[in-house]
Amino acid sequence: MFARLRYLTELTQSQRIARRYFVTNGFDGVLAMLGLLMGFRVSATVSIEVMIGACVGTAVALFMSGLSSAYISESAEKRHELRQLEKSMVTSLGESAHGEAARLMPWLIALVNGLSPLLLALLILAPLFIAQQHAWPDFLAELSPLDSAIIGALSLTFLLGVFLGHLNERFWLWSGIRALLIAIVTAGIILLLNQFMGLS
Amino acid sequence: MAAVTRVMLDVLKPHQPNALEFASQLADMGDDYRVNLVVQELDDKTQSIILTISGQQIDFDAVTQHIGSMGGSVHSIDEVDVQSEAPSTIPG
Repeated sequence: MFARLRYLTELTQSQRIARRYFVTNGFDGVLAMLGLLMGFRVSATVSIEVMIGACVGTAVALFMSGLSSAYISESAEKRHELRQLEKSMVTSLGESAHGEAARLMPWLIALVNGLSPLLLALLILAPLFIAQQHAWPDFLAELSPLDSAIIGALSLTFLLGVFLGHLNERFWLWSGIRALLIAIVTAGIILLLNQFMGLS
Repeated sequence: MAAVTRVMLDVLKPHQPNALEFASQLADMGDDYRVNLVVQELDDKTQSIILTISGQQIDFDAVTQHIGSMGGSVHSIDEVDVQSEAPSTIPG
């Protein structure tokens, strides 16, 4: 089954689209989590349960939004591509690998687009889950779970930048730093807005 | 029953799978299939190819079916080599 899926992915060159979706929507997810966590950081004391509830809710919404938007756009795109190819071939390709790929690939791409922000968000929230279970390690006692989650979000932004740099065949460190700068600017804007609104 | 030992087909196929993948998949269909593929014409989305497949006994229906599953369509059979079974191999 996986060999067939790999063949269909290569046939339609869908791996490129899936990679692009993984990075763009993953970046969205990480920045959304960073925004929420920065909001909690500057607001009055909020319980870990409330933080987890708000962040998981956002992550699930990002998953559903990523899944549905990618499926709708990709299925329309793949159907259009198949129709164009059928015109050139002057035959129906519904039963061929191209037809199968046009039906399956939108689901695969949609899954990547939906799962990337969800999984990255859950990774960022791991310190909060650990703290909720009262299992926060002693050697991290100096660092709060919220700060650890923020550091995790910044690290993931850097890693997504590195991955993007690897895809673009650019210098990985510069690409990672550039992504990290975007996250730091985002965090800075949130801090400033909170100060203007008198929340912190 | 006569055995098909070589066929030359005029095929129209999409760019993907590429020529190497297309020929390899057909060669994998038999233990002794030998496939030669020559691209005759390139279009925006398609390419016309001449496929020559040789082997001890080619399953022509399976070959055309597999070409179809890869998105190709056989336009014409340009050449065939068919061999009748040798009398010594007939039982009895």
